[in-house]
Amino acid sequence: MKLSKIRLTLHQKQKYRGIWFILPWFVGFLFLFFVPLINSLRYSFSTLKVNDSGFSLESAGWANFKNALFQDETYVRTLIESMLTMVINVPLIVIFSLFASVLLNQRFKGRALTRAIFFLPVILASGVIAAAESGDYAQAIVGSASQQSNEEFTMFQNLEFAKLLLRSGVNFQIVEYFLGAVDRIYQIITASGVQILIFLAGLQSISGSLYEASKIEGATGYESFWKITFPMISPLILTNVIYSIIDNLLNSPTTTQIRDTAFKSFQFGLSASMAWIYFVVISIFLWIFTLLISKRVFYYD
Amino acid sequence: MKTETASETRRVLHQLRERMSGTSFWASKLKEWLWICIRTVLIAGISFIVLYPIILKILIAIKDPIDIYDGSVVLIPKHFTLDNFKLVIQVLNYKDVLLNTVVLSGLVMLLQTFTCVLAGYGFSRMKFRGSGLLFGCVVFTILVPPQTIMIPTYLQYKNFDILGLISLIQGHPLNLINTKWPFLISSILGMGLKTGLFVYIFRQFFRGIPNDLEEAAWVDGSGTFGTFTRIILPNAIPAVVTVMLFSFVWQWNDSFFTGMILNDNPIMSSMVSGAWGQIIFYLRSLDPTQSEDPLYASMIQNTAILLAILPLIIMYLFVQRNFVESMERSGVVG
Repeated sequence: MKLSKIRLTLHQKQKYRGIWFILPWFVGFLFLFFVPLINSLRYSFSTLKVNDSGFSLESAGWANFKNALFQDETYVRTLIESMLTMVINVPLIVIFSLFASVLLNQRFKGRALTRAIFFLPVILASGVIAAAESGDYAQAIVGSASQQSNEEFTMFQNLEFAKLLLRSGVNFQIVEYFLGAVDRIYQIITASGVQILIFLAGLQSISGSLYEASKIEGATGYESFWKITFPMISPLILTNVIYSIIDNLLNSPTTTQIRDTAFKSFQFGLSASMAWIYFVVISIFLWIFTLLISKRVFYYD
Repeated sequence: MKTETASETRRVLHQLRERMSGTSFWASKLKEWLWICIRTVLIAGISFIVLYPIILKILIAIKDPIDIYDGSVVLIPKHFTLDNFKLVIQVLNYKDVLLNTVVLSGLVMLLQTFTCVLAGYGFSRMKFRGSGLLFGCVVFTILVPPQTIMIPTYLQYKNFDILGLISLIQGHPLNLINTKWPFLISSILGMGLKTGLFVYIFRQFFRGIPNDLEEAAWVDGSGTFGTFTRIILPNAIPAVVTVMLFSFVWQWNDSFFTGMILNDNPIMSSMVSGAWGQIIFYLRSLDPTQSEDPLYASMIQNTAILLAILPLIIMYLFVQRNFVESMERSGVVG
């Protein structure tokens, strides 16, 4: 009775009323995220055996981690491979989505249709469909029949172009990188749907008066892109880089291996320790990327 | 009046002629046209890359098996047939699978959106010591790969218990594997698939809604929840549409959690991965000499994928305008 008599000022009430709204989320966070996280850490240091009445734990020290890093013949290789693919793909995805969003932000006929097509990958991008698509004979046959190379999606006869670039003195590795990008254009486009949306939302929020002023001052479209659009959108580049990294790593070979270790060979402890190593490596990458980019990010406010 | 308009037109025409006589006018016009050409080519190219696999799937799916071995048939089939569709629909129980998936995805979508709206609003309006830390937890849930908590989550649902209450009543914990409950529980508690991202979107959106709106409502005597349902929610429709679509689609396409928890229940994603196995089983039961033909298998696979994404595409056709616009206004901006 006495407790209800305590009267808060309006401001104090405002401060705390948010708590009621986040309550369901918070319960979930505690019981479905935090507890499993701690448990997962515990499992990674122990041998877990599933039996009829549930499961039993035996402490194993660092054995699982040692096993994953030094004994398992594929884990380290898969891990490096996943990271390498991520490092190669993320810049391409971010650059492509920035480019596409600038393109989609302009006014032209059929813009609504184009947007609908560009965001189709958001709907269709999925692990299953991608997995089922690779190793698809019928598609490969149709592809090779219509004068394409054996690659799933090589539409460009890019050898001539490569020669041209090499002769004009471009570094071999850079040429290689871009050719790889052209070959994997389908992957990149499918992976950049959400990123395009995020950039597009950012582009819409830049006030038109900035462009107007720069136009009066005589800036060309190119200049106004680098002097206005790019700085204004740079916080979103950070957001998108982080999102792309996470998104890229969700369906990497390492995740498949972690899952298979758990549910096919039933080495739960090993799988947990693999997942933790994976998480630590991802965190390091995220940290490096954030550090590199956040220095250059420009905040308008 | 008449003379005035006439002189006006003459003046405009004169100005135009004057501008057209300069080279810079033509140069800028040329540049504009060139850009339009390049843009059109680029857009057409990218659209083609996106659409090509879908078109290819459709073309493969409507072919008769004879056509795959016919060298003269590349894209357009000679023997048009819908047998592939009929076979897949019949053998894989497509109708049941579809119903199952729609119910599951729909329920998850509703619960997830509900929790995330609440949480996003709460986070956008909390300003006390430690509220930043709480939101940091949301970001943390986005960053941790789901594989890290995969095993404990699985075991938790296998021996499900709420603070020991269920074992007290029943004597043993519940096994929720192979039921829809894990999905419902995790979505109502905001820990489902990519839920952190939804909370983030909503928080970002609600921060854009000025506090004055709510203050005005309070002055008029509305309570906290009344304000939320009557003032805030109607304003949040764009963000709600976006999140609902994402949530539905991601649940539909998810193979990670569904593969882990729903082993037996037929859901779209598991139907696709197991399509050929079931088909060949069925065909062998009709004709034991049926050989395992990789080309025919991939044809069936293509049909199955097409059938799995078809409902999504149809849905997208209806909501896409809404979706793209709402995404722009919802400000997913960081």
